[in-house]
Amino acid sequence: MTEFTPVLSLVGGALIGLSAVLLMATHGRIAGMTGILTGLIPPGSTDWAWRAAFVAGAIIAPMLMLQVSETAIAFDSPVPMPWVIISGLIVGGGAYFGSGCTSGHGVCGLARLSPRSLVATLTFLGSAIATVFVIRHVLGGL
Amino acid sequence: MKRTIVAGLIGLVFGAGIALSGMANPAKVLNFFDVAGQWDPSLLVVMVSALAVAFVGYRLVLRRPGPLLEPSFHLPTNRRIDLPLVGGSAVFGLGWGISGFCPGGAIPALGLGEATAWAFVGSMLTGLFIARSIRQANAASAATKTA
Repeated sequence: MTEFTPVLSLVGGALIGLSAVLLMATHGRIAGMTGILTGLIPPGSTDWAWRAAFVAGAIIAPMLMLQVSETAIAFDSPVPMPWVIISGLIVGGGAYFGSGCTSGHGVCGLARLSPRSLVATLTFLGSAIATVFVIRHVLGGL
Repeated sequence: MKRTIVAGLIGLVFGAGIALSGMANPAKVLNFFDVAGQWDPSLLVVMVSALAVAFVGYRLVLRRPGPLLEPSFHLPTNRRIDLPLVGGSAVFGLGWGISGFCPGGAIPALGLGEATAWAFVGSMLTGLFIARSIRQANAASAATKTA
């Protein structure tokens, strides 16, 4: 079980939306993690620095929060490690061909009323719900 | 230099939002997908909240002639609903449903010092760059055929 956290999720979601607005206002870019990561390799391209800085900031923020906050940030990965690794390959490949993930399509794209992002978001949410249904309620877990 | 520092600060806002919202916690994400079982609606709140802020903010920002630190906005121009978009998204959802990790959730999870997050990100980057080399190889062979 995980607790329903409406207030934290509301505040956290607003910060995610705010970061998308700020990146568009300053850099004119979509704050999609898949797109930002794809441009990181090979290193040294013209817009490498801002991408690396954004990713570094995203990693450092939870570290800082752990330093200042008494309450730990909940984290639990309930799936066996081999499945985590397999899912990484699937997520990376799928998000590349689908031109984005939750942040790019689900937040930035939908906010732009992009029909492509609407189709992508409905597809990956539907696919994830179906996958969890089959794993938990048909196969009985991994 | 200014562009880099500002992007780093915006990354902090993004990472803090992901960590607070619960998106960096795979168990919470999986329970959000488990509508027939232990459904945790938190991530619906995250998505609606993020989308509401981005929707209003983009309207204000995109009315301006350009961004503050770059000459122009870089907006996607492809408008085709095609097989890579739908197929890729369906495959992404499959992987997301297996582990509960997505790219935007996993990167901030690295900052929590969790080994599974590092394993996921290593494998996700491998998948990303295998996919890119497949697309580049296909584009190169298509160019040879038309030449």
